[in-house]
Amino acid sequence: MELRNITLRFGGVVAIKDISFDIRDGEIRAIIGPNGAGKSSMLNVISGFYIPTEGEVYFKKIKRGPMKPYEVARLGIARTFQNIALFDGMSVLDNIMTGRLTMMKSGLLSQAFWYGAAAREEFAHREKVERIIDFLEIQNIRKTPVGRLPYGLKKRVELARALAAEPKLLLLDEPMAGMNVEEKEDMSRFILDLNDEFSTTICLIEHDMGVVMDLSDRVVVMDYGRKIGDGTPDEVRNNQDVIDAYLGVAHD
Amino acid sequence: MLYREAGDFKTTYGEDSQTFPIRFDRMGYYVTLLVAFGVVPLVINDYWASAVFLPFLIYAIAAIGLNILVGYAGQVSLGTGGFMAVGAYAVYKLMTSFPDVPILIHVLLAGFVTAAVGVLFGLPSLRIKGFYLAVATLAAQFFLVWLFNKAPWFYNYSASGQITVPQSKMLGFYITGPQTSATAKYLFCLIILVGVAVVARNLTRGTVGRKWMAIRDMDIAAEIIGVNPLNAKLTAFAVSSFFIGIAGALFFAVYLGAAEVTEAFNIQKSFLILFMVIIGGLGSIFGSFAGAAFLVLLPVFLKNVLVGQLGWPTDLAAHLELMIVGALIVAFLIAEPHGIAQLWRLAKEKLRLWPFPH
Ligand SMILES: Nc1ncnc2c1ncn2[C@@H]1O[C@H](COP(=O)(O)OP(=O)(O)O)[C@@H](O)[C@H]1O
Ligand SMILES: [Mg+2]
Repeated sequence: MELRNITLRFGGVVAIKDISFDIRDGEIRAIIGPNGAGKSSMLNVISGFYIPTEGEVYFKKIKRGPMKPYEVARLGIARTFQNIALFDGMSVLDNIMTGRLTMMKSGLLSQAFWYGAAAREEFAHREKVERIIDFLEIQNIRKTPVGRLPYGLKKRVELARALAAEPKLLLLDEPMAGMNVEEKEDMSRFILDLNDEFSTTICLIEHDMGVVMDLSDRVVVMDYGRKIGDGTPDEVRNNQDVIDAYLGVAHD
Repeated sequence: MLYREAGDFKTTYGEDSQTFPIRFDRMGYYVTLLVAFGVVPLVINDYWASAVFLPFLIYAIAAIGLNILVGYAGQVSLGTGGFMAVGAYAVYKLMTSFPDVPILIHVLLAGFVTAAVGVLFGLPSLRIKGFYLAVATLAAQFFLVWLFNKAPWFYNYSASGQITVPQSKMLGFYITGPQTSATAKYLFCLIILVGVAVVARNLTRGTVGRKWMAIRDMDIAAEIIGVNPLNAKLTAFAVSSFFIGIAGALFFAVYLGAAEVTEAFNIQKSFLILFMVIIGGLGSIFGSFAGAAFLVLLPVFLKNVLVGQLGWPTDLAAHLELMIVGALIVAFLIAEPHGIAQLWRLAKEKLRLWPFPH
């Protein structure tokens, strides 16, 4: 994945200003920066939800034109949202199953009759989803409507839904925001395991510097829509611009 | 036998995703089917058929149809009466044009015609939501009724402007026309209702249903996980209208026998079915049954008890009915949008834990 000279404007507001960076296969790439720096907007550009005003997006070396969000999903990019975007009226299981919608092919007619092709497809995908449920340790809430879950579990279910899509690139917008230490540790472990076991490429936004430094292979630092740092956690930590603009603010 | 899941272990995903996972519910379902197919046909007479059973069966089909659109896919519609009219006029034109084809085929074809019309009037849903969509479907309602009233081709140029169902037979029994027995009408509608309910259940438990519910709960997130909103909304309009068209066809051909569009399929029909869905429970097939039963039985009950037993004047009883329905709609919308179905679910949840509530 590569972004070249991305600029994104909303009317007069410049959310992203001429930013270029890449995400290598199999790495964990973090985007950090103060509130309003344009991190979520960047993720939205990558996920195809915002179309950049200027600049080019390359995915697997191919330039990506303007696409509908659901077309991007079919390319193998899945994401979670800063403000959880689950389907509250559906059970945990159904929410996670929606992650596999792009892979389920049976037609309306075969689903109407259910027995046979549709049921077989459903159960094959259910098996995959059960593996993710086990992986994220949410077996006991399978049938619970998502609307009833506490915040930390919702975040986990949202991750499960993204994983169900077996994405090549997983985008996580503040996956640990609002979690307590224990929940953060669990989430970090899941992210590392994911990267190890399934070699999923991950791009994540996170505020907790400790977590970022532990998890990520490389970090992009943003401030007021500009990129002010890019490199390994150590390089970024020692970059004077970054220390001035961000670290000072974060630790006040 | 207690109302429990325990000891009823599910060893396959098939068992885990069955419609009635609890043995007691399964028994209840079989008993209901047995009574519906084995007992009612033997005892039904013309009064019960036309006062209770036929309206219930047909409205339940329409309510399932509307529930798919409103309760599962989250799209509003006030055009149900108009779409039922499409089904009715389609079956009329088909029956009069091809009298030798079995009526069941005609009813299904009428469903397909209505599905096509539904998709057409569903197109605005790609652009507009909520209140504006409601107004657009309201326009569809008035346009369709106006069309069937104005264009004589639809009622075969009959002098009265009415459509009257021709006689038809299936398997040697009259299904439509004045010679049809209450039992035949009942069984014909029942079989179709069971088919509709099974198909609706299958669709809502699988991929299509999840797409609909995803669009309903959060359309932006649905799109990002790969749901094509055009596809999801239009299939909802198509399937919903298909069922509503079937209901309209049955309402005219089997139940009324003769119909005049401004009377049989006006805006009040749209509201009646919407109320059934709200009172029964949005997003629940069982709720569609419950809502239809409730709104069919309520006037019958009030009429028999208040007018028959207590000697109230008929219009007073009718006013009371309106007030009860109105109050219930408000109460359900505020307190329990998932309707009778949810109350039933909660009661069962309590029962599952009984007698130890923790
Ligand atoms: N849809 C939008 N319309 C207008 N302005 C937006 C929109 N999304 C983001 N912005 C603006 O872009 C800037 C960056 O926001 P955001 O990407 O959410 O920052 P971050 O995630 O780093 O906190 C903010 O000034 C914000 O107000
Ligand atoms: Mg953000």
